[in-house]
This record gives sequence, structure tokens and C-alpha cells, in this order.
Amino acid sequence: MTRNPQLNAGGELTHLLTLEGLPASIITHILDTAEPFVSIAEREVKKVPLLRGKAMFNLFFENSTRTRTTFEIAAKRLSADVINLNIGVSSTAKGETLLDTVDNLCAMNADLFVVRHSQSGAPHLIASHLIATGRSHVHVVNAGDGRHAHPTQGLLDLYTIRHYKQDFRALTVAIVGDVLHSRVARSLIHGLTTMGTAQVRVVAPRTLLPTRVEGLGVHVFNDLRVGLRGCDVVVMLRLQNERMKGALLPSAGEYFKHYGLTDEKLALANPEAIVMHPGPMNRGVEIDSPVADGARSVILPQVTFGIAVRMAVLSIVSAA
Amino acid sequence: MTPDDGLPDAEAALSALVERMHGAVAHDAALVGIYSGGAWIAERLAARLPGTHPVGFIDVSYYRDDYALSGLKPNARRTSLPFEVDGASIVLVDDVLYTGRSVRAAINELFDFGRPERIELAVLVDRGGRELPIEATYAGARLAVARNLSIVLSRDPGGTLSLGVEPITGVG
Repeated sequence: MTRNPQLNAGGELTHLLTLEGLPASIITHILDTAEPFVSIAEREVKKVPLLRGKAMFNLFFENSTRTRTTFEIAAKRLSADVINLNIGVSSTAKGETLLDTVDNLCAMNADLFVVRHSQSGAPHLIASHLIATGRSHVHVVNAGDGRHAHPTQGLLDLYTIRHYKQDFRALTVAIVGDVLHSRVARSLIHGLTTMGTAQVRVVAPRTLLPTRVEGLGVHVFNDLRVGLRGCDVVVMLRLQNERMKGALLPSAGEYFKHYGLTDEKLALANPEAIVMHPGPMNRGVEIDSPVADGARSVILPQVTFGIAVRMAVLSIVSAA
Repeated sequence: MTPDDGLPDAEAALSALVERMHGAVAHDAALVGIYSGGAWIAERLAARLPGTHPVGFIDVSYYRDDYALSGLKPNARRTSLPFEVDGASIVLVDDVLYTGRSVRAAINELFDFGRPERIELAVLVDRGGRELPIEATYAGARLAVARNLSIVLSRDPGGTLSLGVEPITGVG
């Protein structure tokens, strides 16, 4: 087996590409590092000089306002310089390859690449290229690739769960919805199992589950009412509207009836259960407004924690 | 303390520090301890000095100049300054003053919270060896220690402070 390209020879995290295969000690280190970063937002001057003089390039080959913005805020709170590239309308459209784009940005003295791409494996390709060309001082953070992984979302979900529920080993977590197309679900499942979560469930119609999903170490439920029983954490996934056209589902209304989270269904989970959602939400499709805005929803704290978690990741890889 | 390591008794040094600060420090000065040793001393000073002294804590991890060399230390603590920094009279408190780099970092961090009227520095032990133009306003003890040794303050469960020496690991 080849060495995990995310770790350098000293075993330190130098690129963040996926949570799959990442040791629990590194995940815990990231979550611990994120904790004091949360309070920096409350200061008069909302930044610290940790990454002063570093240049971070947001390479977004696929749109995502929220993820790009939170990475930008995280980098700015660490005093890094942020350059946003709108790749869709620039070099790639003119025919430049991904690695040529990377080489050009390295020639501009980039220190960090935050990469979002519709092709699974694109951030891995960039990291391998940097390693092969001896540029170990340049770091890659995956901001979502294809259906593969979205590790910072997985980490902020883990942070949120630990914040409200402390010990993973005592928890039952249900991930509900379009697991098939969700890199968020995949990253969270790997993170939860690595951290020793007592039981991880996926709840979805068969058409929205990957084949052999049990191989990831999860329990499969097709009935939401059954899957919610005894849960401490409920993670709702976004139903991507475009899936409706692919004959995977009859209609949004039908989906909501069976898989939409309402107060009445949430009552089947444990009384202290929290509700999470990676955003953007489709109210009335996967989640009912009274739940999304209710006392057990931690959807907005997830966003706040996401900045601190991304600050932790950027500062840890930069020091490796 | 062992009789032959040449270190002063930490509690005696604390008493000497209190004596030097008594009457010299503003009656409402905030005491800001640098984690972790300085935090213990700031709490003890607040209890023993006359006047009313708000106590704050500062973790300089994000302001250190050796981040590029040694990375981020695990277990950074949350900086907490429960008073108005603008216009405040502040005494930074640390256990050991050596190169002066932690104090430089702490002063930079304080200014990200506001503009203090004045900042003084109180340390339990000044061991010399400065690499920056920084001096203590008040010191409990002064001594010389070999460069390859680090002075470490510890606190027992009853709250009693003691000083020890350890070989230096990594960047001080």
C-alpha cells in the first residue's frame, strides 16, 4: 500500500483530501484546535496573525457560495491573503489543463489551494502533482470533489456533534436522505466510524442509497419512522432538485411525505436529539420549517463552527 | 525544590513579587496572566494585592514568532479579557521571563482587543537571556540558568507553586 498522501513523512497532516483513513488522533487534534478559534469572532479585531503573508487560492471549478465564503472568512481571520478564481469562465474554458493551472499559480507563489471540483479525485491529483514535483510547502484542502468527499464539512459536523453530545461512543446518529449523491454523507460516515460512534444509520429510499452501503459500517433503514427511533443526532441531507428528473423519485411532495423531517417524526428520536443539515436547505422537501427553526435545530451553529474548523485545518496543514 | 538546584522557592518569590508591586501598581489595574503559569500567578496576585483587580488570561499561540518553525502547539486555550481593554491599566503576568518573545506576542495580542492606557510586566522569575528589548517592571526573583535548561512552574492540587528545571525541547 502506498503511503497516505495526506500525511508527510513525519505523520503530520499536510493536505486534507478525505476523512477516509485519517487516524482518530488527527481528527481529534483538528477538533481541539478549532475550539479556541470560535471565540476569535468575538474580538474587537476579528483576526490573528498566524498565516500572515500566506497566499490561499480558492480554486472552485464548481459553484458553491457558502463553502467558498467560509474558507475565505477562515483564511482572513488567520490574516492570509485570499485569491478567488472563477475557473468556470477563465483558463479551463480556454483549454488549460488542471495541472497547468496549478503550475501557473505556484509560479505566483501560492501557499494553499482550496479545491472544489465536480470530478472525484481532482484535489488528490493536485496534491500528488505537488508531491511529485517536490513542492511540499504548498498544501491542498479538498472543498468537495464529485461524489467522493467533503472533509471539512464532515469535520464541522463532527465538531458540532461533539460540542452538543460529547462522547461519540455513546451515540446513535442517523443520516437521512440522498446518500447516493452525497459526498457530505460519505465524509461524515468515515469520520463517525473512525471516532467510534456506537451506531451510524443511513435512512433513505433504495434508489438514493449506494449499492453495498453496509460495507461502510452503517445500518440501513428505508423507513424514516423506524430509523429515527433511539437517535441522538439526525443529519438531514439536501435533496438535489435535479434528482427529481432522473426518475429516482416520484415528486418532492411524495418525498416529503415519507422522508421529510417533521416535528411529529422527530418525536420518535431521543428527547434530546439534535437536528443538523449541511445547507442549503429545501424547506418542505427534506425538512419542515418548524423543525429547521426549532429548539433542537443546530443548523446555524454548524455554519459558525465551520469557520473555526476550517481555520484549524488551514493552520495545521500550513505548519506541516 | 531540591536544596541543590539553585532555584528559589516559588512561594517565597511570589511573596517578594507581591511586596514589589504593593503600592506601585494602580489600585484598579487588570492582571492578565499568560497561560499557563502566568495565569496561576495572576490569580494569586489578585487575591493578595490591595485594590480591585480584574483578572484576564491570554494564550499567545496565534501570535508567536515560531509558528513557521514548530507549528501550532496543541491545547491552545481561549484568551479571555473580561474588562474593557481600551484605556485600561494592565499588568501582564508571566512565570518566567527569558527571551521576551512571549511578552512581545502578548502585547501584540492585547492591542487586537483595544488600546490600553499602559502595560506593565510582572514575572515570578527573571532568568536573563533576553533576545528583545523587553524588561520586567516587577520581578519576584532574578537568577542565571544554563541555556539548555528550561525553568518550569508547577502547581500541586492544593494550589502551592513550585519551580523545577527541565532540558529544553524544541523552540523556547
